[in-house]
Amino acid sequence: MNIKILAFGIAKDIFGGTSVNLELANDATVYNLKYILEQQYPRLKQLASYMVAVNNEYALPGDNLHERDEIAIIPPVSGG
Amino acid sequence: MSPESGGIDVFIGTVRNATKGKNVIRLEFEAYEPMAIAEMEKIANQAFEKWPVQKVLIHHRTGVLDVGEVPVVIAVSAAHRAAAFDACRYIIDTLKQTVPIWKKEIFEDGEVWVAAHP
Repeated sequence: MNIKILAFGIAKDIFGGTSVNLELANDATVYNLKYILEQQYPRLKQLASYMVAVNNEYALPGDNLHERDEIAIIPPVSGG
Repeated sequence: MSPESGGIDVFIGTVRNATKGKNVIRLEFEAYEPMAIAEMEKIANQAFEKWPVQKVLIHHRTGVLDVGEVPVVIAVSAAHRAAAFDACRYIIDTLKQTVPIWKKEIFEDGEVWVAAHP
């Protein structure tokens, strides 16, 4: 399946844009997504940490992804 | 203000002119808006569950802010001050951990996404 991943903060600099598209297996999980992203964008691994949000909720590594999900990379937040 | 309110605790965050001894020129804030709002609502609900507060306000700006400007305001009203102080502190502390808002510090010689790297 093809999924679009939104990027914010430093992730935009790492991806070189506000989103990237990836081709994933239909039963891909958040863990799989992070693995593939880190291969294509090794700089992700240098971040203190980062989360993945699915449909505006923080996701767990085992969560499954679906083509219509809104997926975003959430680098360390720094509001306030 | 409501008649039952005995106190309002307000936290106003302001842009400092320096970080770790380096001169900050301005800050640039960015938000993943729909999720930021959802996380702020969760924090407000948590405050209502934890303390007997009456009203909660959470306000955060995005975009470019100069030194001295106000990116965030938290206000909590309660019958008694203890709940207002505790809840207000909880809200700003939790906002800084969970709300998907990012700030970039602009220095004379460069810029840094705060908290991005260890």
